[in-house]
Amino acid sequence: MIAALGIRLGDPAAYVFLAFAAMTCGSALIVAASRNIVYSAYALLLTFFGVAGLYAFLDADFIAAAQLLVYVGGILVLILFGVMLTHKIRDINLSNETTNPIIGAAIAGFIFLALAYVSIYTKWDVVERTASPTTGEIGKAFVGKYLLPFEASSVLLLGALIGAAYLARREKEKP
Amino acid sequence: MHPLLTFAHDVMPFTKGWPDWILYGLLVFIVAFGILNTLVAPLTGISTYIERRLAGRAQYRWGPNRVGFRSMLSALPITRGLAKLADVQPIKFIGSKIPGGLLQFAADGLKLFTKEDIIPSQADQLLFRASPYVIMAGSFAAFAVLPVSFHFRAVNLNIGIFYILGISSIVVPGILMAGWGSANKWALLGGMRAAAQIVSYEIPVAIALMTAVMLAGTMNMADIVDAQRSGYGIQKAGLLGWYAFRYCGLMLVPFVVYFIGGCAEVNRTPFDLVEGESELVAGYHTEYSGFRWSFFFMAEYSNMFAVGAIATTMFLGGPLPPYPVQFTEALFGPMGNLGMILRFGEGFFWFFAKSYFFVLVMIHMRWTLPRYRVDQLMNVCWKVLIPIALVWFVLMCGVRMVRMEMALGPEKDAVTEGHK
Repeated sequence: MIAALGIRLGDPAAYVFLAFAAMTCGSALIVAASRNIVYSAYALLLTFFGVAGLYAFLDADFIAAAQLLVYVGGILVLILFGVMLTHKIRDINLSNETTNPIIGAAIAGFIFLALAYVSIYTKWDVVERTASPTTGEIGKAFVGKYLLPFEASSVLLLGALIGAAYLARREKEKP
Repeated sequence: MHPLLTFAHDVMPFTKGWPDWILYGLLVFIVAFGILNTLVAPLTGISTYIERRLAGRAQYRWGPNRVGFRSMLSALPITRGLAKLADVQPIKFIGSKIPGGLLQFAADGLKLFTKEDIIPSQADQLLFRASPYVIMAGSFAAFAVLPVSFHFRAVNLNIGIFYILGISSIVVPGILMAGWGSANKWALLGGMRAAAQIVSYEIPVAIALMTAVMLAGTMNMADIVDAQRSGYGIQKAGLLGWYAFRYCGLMLVPFVVYFIGGCAEVNRTPFDLVEGESELVAGYHTEYSGFRWSFFFMAEYSNMFAVGAIATTMFLGGPLPPYPVQFTEALFGPMGNLGMILRFGEGFFWFFAKSYFFVLVMIHMRWTLPRYRVDQLMNVCWKVLIPIALVWFVLMCGVRMVRMEMALGPEKDAVTEGHK
């Protein structure tokens, strides 16, 4: 099965890839399955780290560092703040326990098969060696080909910032 | 076969039967561990020694002055005999030329190593144990790309400075881990404060650093150092080529913003309200003891050095000396291997001298300034530092564009080179 994925055993790179993949998937399982949401949040740290490792493995050095900076340094910290300020952390009582394992497993299996089919049978653009360094290329793409989406997302983020500042602002005391 | 593997097979014949990838993985870990420990552990030790001596001076009391070479020498039988002949005390016989207490940090380490490692029974066992390692990993990993001397660093990473910003962000979850895992409300509050502070101050720090990156046109730290060899149209610029003094001193502003933000990121005074004793006992490491506690301090002192080293690299020319480096290059160049060693030593000396200058400044600030209040801290970051950093970034963009249009003299090569 491993050979089918195009990984040659004995190649040190293969082990690096497998280690990062195992780290990402294993910790993602903990995120979903743990009863303690703080553990889930910290397992997410390993997931993000594993994904960053995979990016670095694919020569996408800039995206790997950006992954760490944005997801670990920003989003994960935000999640942790939220989690740590919640009242009950261990053994949360789920109010809607009505689950159907058979239908659930069927849907999950179908989605898995569909994704596996797509990832195996799509004709991907195979690049022998990525443009290294990637930073310059990414920068040029941002201010060239993808200028409009880039600017649109920055306006969106600016709006979010202003909204957050408005919500967090202290109400003026009424005289 | 990789030379590292053949070397391991030669030195340890019993490893010949092992699969290559296990051996290789182990070797990589051992080498990385060895480098980090021989580099970072003495750095933190020396910093703690300096801190204690300066604290002693500032507070008009003795710092550590016993455990060191002076007492070791005075304890030798020969010294005792000679001192008896001269009829003075052995310690007087040695004289005061050698500073006392030089081995205090080793004694501290030994003490912390043998102390009991207490884990509160109510604490979250896993997170409480794991957090020192996460924090250490985050702060040590930054050392991989520091250009310690000319063309000498552990990794020549294309995204150098960005890698440092990214990898050091795993310190924040580590701090929250310690705070929450301790099951102590002061620890939790301290952890939250630390995380909020670091996350906020990351923004002006990153923008200030990006100003220098933008001028150099690269994020590779060695290339940023090379870009500071010339300036003001002079090839052999020396001190004037450093980014802090370029552009008629305009770059001093991002430099100062970076240094203030860096102090806040490592939770040093005047931003050390993370461990404000009067409010929070000792912050997120309240419950820690023994060697785990010392991990937090190793991380703090290595972070201090890292802030100094980054400021040195990005704004003060890294290993470049204040005189034009081309002179010593011409002098040492024809000397072969000896010249290479001399050049390495030269860069090493200047890099560490400049970095330790910043460590000294941080220590002096700690024993001089009072601490900010938490709302003042946030105001300084969001209402002062971030606007200044942003405005200066745009200003320097404008300056750089004008210069590219004008493209004067030798600057032209540097500008177009960086733009490629």
